[in-house]
Amino acid sequence: MAVVKMRVYRGDSNGGKEREYEVPLEEGMVVLDAIHFIQANYDGDLAVRWNCKAAKCGSCSAEINGMPKLTCKTRLDSLPLDKPVTVYPVKTFPIIKDLVTDVSWNYKVRKMIPPFTPAKDTKWVMYQEDVERGQEFRKCIECFLCQDVCHILRNHDKKNEFFGPRMFIKMAELEMHPLDTLDRKEFLRGQAGLGYCNITKCCTEVCPEHIHITDNAIIPLKERVADTYFDPLQWLFGRSKGSPKQ
Amino acid sequence: MEKYETHTHDVIVIGAGGAGLRAAIEASAQGASVGLVCKSLLGKAHTVMAEGGVAAALANVDAQDDWKVHFHDTMHGGKMLNNWRMAQLHAQEAPERVRELEHWGALFDRTKDGKIMQRAFGGHTWKRLAHVGDRTGLEMIRTLQDRGIHSGMDVYMECTITHLLKDGERISGAFGYWRESGRFVLFKTKAVILATGGIGKSYKVTSNSWEYTGDGHALAYDAGAELIDMEFVQFHPTGMVWPPSVKGLLVTEAVRGEGGLLTNRNGERFMEKYDPQRMELSTRDVVARSIYIEVQEGRGTPHGGAYLDISHRGAEYVKKKLPSMYHQFMEFAEIDITKEPMEVFPTTHYMMGGVRVDADTAGSTVPGLFAAGEVAGGMHGANRLGGNSLSDLLVFGRRAGLGAAQYANELRDNTLKIDDVDLEKASQEMLKPFENAEGENPYTVHQALQEAMSSYVGVFRTKEKLEDGLEELQVLKDRASQLRIEGSRMYNPGWHLCKDLKSMLIVSEAIAKSAHQREESRGAHSRVDFPNYDNEKWGTVNSVISKDNGTMKIGTSPLPQMPEELRKIVEGGHK
Repeated sequence: MAVVKMRVYRGDSNGGKEREYEVPLEEGMVVLDAIHFIQANYDGDLAVRWNCKAAKCGSCSAEINGMPKLTCKTRLDSLPLDKPVTVYPVKTFPIIKDLVTDVSWNYKVRKMIPPFTPAKDTKWVMYQEDVERGQEFRKCIECFLCQDVCHILRNHDKKNEFFGPRMFIKMAELEMHPLDTLDRKEFLRGQAGLGYCNITKCCTEVCPEHIHITDNAIIPLKERVADTYFDPLQWLFGRSKGSPKQ
Repeated sequence: MEKYETHTHDVIVIGAGGAGLRAAIEASAQGASVGLVCKSLLGKAHTVMAEGGVAAALANVDAQDDWKVHFHDTMHGGKMLNNWRMAQLHAQEAPERVRELEHWGALFDRTKDGKIMQRAFGGHTWKRLAHVGDRTGLEMIRTLQDRGIHSGMDVYMECTITHLLKDGERISGAFGYWRESGRFVLFKTKAVILATGGIGKSYKVTSNSWEYTGDGHALAYDAGAELIDMEFVQFHPTGMVWPPSVKGLLVTEAVRGEGGLLTNRNGERFMEKYDPQRMELSTRDVVARSIYIEVQEGRGTPHGGAYLDISHRGAEYVKKKLPSMYHQFMEFAEIDITKEPMEVFPTTHYMMGGVRVDADTAGSTVPGLFAAGEVAGGMHGANRLGGNSLSDLLVFGRRAGLGAAQYANELRDNTLKIDDVDLEKASQEMLKPFENAEGENPYTVHQALQEAMSSYVGVFRTKEKLEDGLEELQVLKDRASQLRIEGSRMYNPGWHLCKDLKSMLIVSEAIAKSAHQREESRGAHSRVDFPNYDNEKWGTVNSVISKDNGTMKIGTSPLPQMPEELRKIVEGGHK
C-alpha cells in the first residue's frame, strides 16, 4: 500500500513545530482522513475541528501545502505526493492548539450586523428570480477561508476596522432580500470598512461553495455606497435616506 | 476539587441544532434567561446536513394537502407506533413554523405565484417538502442562528455537558468542560432542554458527524428519565458507498423526490418487487431493506450497492434542484450525476427512539428536564418520514422552549442546590483516563463498538445475534472503563472520546436490549426470526428503558389511546 508523508503543525500559543507522520493511502482519501488516522494511531490529542465531513459545515478549514482549504474536501490524490503534505492552522486567526484557531472574532462582528427587518404589514410573496441573488450568498458555510485569505485581515490585521468578505456577503444577502427594509450603507461604509477592500478576489478563489463574493456581493455593495455618498446627482436630490431597495 | 467557573440561567439548552436553537429562541422570548451550550461552534450542528426539505402541509403546490393528510401519512409511516398527540401537533403546527422561518429571513425556493415551493418525498401523499435546492438544513440553521444571536441568549460554544445534577428529584444544574482549555464549568439552572441529536457514531457506516454520540440520551437515562422505542434506528436507504473515505455520506432523498430511479446490476427497477405502488418513493425502512436484499442476493453494483439514476431529468434541472449532490459526487467520487448513476447503500442516519416526553410541553419524566428533536422519542414511531425531522425540530423545539420557560417561571426563586459530592464524582470520572498508567486507546475501543453494532444490531436482526451483541457490549463496557490517554486537557479529542464512548455504550445497550425484546418486524426494526407484524402484542406497546439501581431495565408500556376523530383520519381514505 502506498504511504503518504504528512507534516502537521503541532503547537499552541507558546509556539510549536511540524511533526511528520506516515499514513497509508486509500482510494479517494481526503486530508481529514489522514488527520483522523494520525489521531487514532499516533497522537490521540491532535486537535482538529470537523463535523460533517461533507463540505457542508465549514468546520475543518486549514492551510494545506500553504493553500487555505477544507481538509474534508481536499483529496490527497489532488496533491503532489512525491513530497510531504503540510497541514497548518489558518494564519489569520490566533492559534489555540495544532489545527484549531480562535475564530470568535467572526462571531463578534457578525452579531453587529443589523439583522433582517421586514415591514410590519409584509405580504410574504417572493419570486424565484428575486430570491436567487440572496440564495447564492446563503450557501455560505462560514468556513472563514475567505476571511483567512483576505490580505486586509491576514497581512494588515485590520480586524478593528474591517469585517471581511464573509460579513459582506451576509450584508449583501440582507440588502438584496426583497422584503428587507433596513438601509445598511452607512454601516457598510463606516463600521464594516467596505472601502478597505481593493478587489483582489482572493476570497472568491478560495470559497469552497463557489460563491462569487467579489463580483456578486462586494462590487454591487461598493456601487450602492458610491451612488449614495459620492454621486453628485444623488447628493443634489438628497436621496441618501430611505431610497428604495434595488 | 479544582476551581471551576459557574454560570446561572433559568434555562440551559444543550445542543444548538435546529431544535436547540428554536427552543432557546422561544425560552428567551418568554423572558427566561437562557444559556445555549454546544459541543461545536455555533452553526455547525448536524442540521446543516439535512438536505431534502421540511415537511409541512402548506398546500402551496398540491392544494388538496392539509394537516390531516400529513398526520395520516406520519402515523402510517411510523407503523402506528407514534405518540398520536405529537404527530397531531406536528402536523397542525408545522406550516406556521415554516412560515415563521420565512419571516425571520429564510429564502425558500418559490412557486410560480411567489409562494414557498414544495417537493414530493417518500411516504408523503402530496408534494409537501418546503426546500432550498438540496441544502434546506443549512438554510434553517442559518435562519435560527441569525434570530438566536439577536434574542439575548448567552451562547457557550465548544463546551460539552458531561453530567446533569439534581436536587432531590429536580434538575438543578449541568456540569461539563470547555473543549479549548479542558477546564470544568458548572451551569446552575432550573430547567435543562436536551437537544443533542442522535446516536449514529455508534455505527461504522453513518451519515452522522462526530457529535452524534447519544449524549442527551445518556444524560437523560443517568438522570432517571425513561427512553422509549430505542430499537428503531433508521438506516437511510441511500448513502454513498465509494470511495471508502465517504462511505455512508448522505445522498438526499430529494434525488428520488425529483424522479431518481433505483436499479440493480441487471438494470431492473427492483422496487417493483417490494412496493409496486410507491416504487422509489416508498418509505425509508422499505427502500433500505430492498437495497440490502438486492445486494445480499448478488445483484449489487461493483462497489456493493444499488444504482440511483437522476440523469434522465437533464443536466440543467439536476444542477438547479440538486446542486449539493452534483458537487458532492463530482468532488468526492469523480462522478457526474447528470450523465451517470450513483451507487448507494443504507447508512445509519436517524434515531426514532429517545427520551419519553409529554407531547404538549416536551417535559420528560424528570421535573425540569425537557427534550426536543431527535433526542426525544415518540413522534416518529417505528420509522420517520423524510422531511418530518426538520419540522419536528421547529414544532417541538418551540414547545420545549415554552415548557421549560414556564416551568422555570413557576419555580420563581432558585433555591435549588448543587451537591458538592456530585461535582467531585463528575470531575474524578472525567480525569480518570489521564491517571490510568495502563489502559486502552479510546479510538480502538470506539472502532470495536462500531464493528459490534454494525454486525449484531444492524439492518437485519436475530435473537442470537442480539444476544451476542449484548455480550460483546458488556466486554466493551469493561474495556471502556479502563482507558488511557496522552497529552494535556487542552483541546484533546482523545480525552473527549472517552466520555463520548460512555454515552455511546449506554445507547448501544438500550438499542440492543429493546431490539431483543421486540419479537416482530415493524418499521426500521427487522427481525429475521420474526418477519411479520404482531399487532396484537407488539403493536400496542412501546419499549421502555430506564435505570434501576445502576443497571439497565427493559420493559414495555401501553401506547397512548388515540381519540376517535383522529382514528377516523388514520383509518379513512385520505385523498
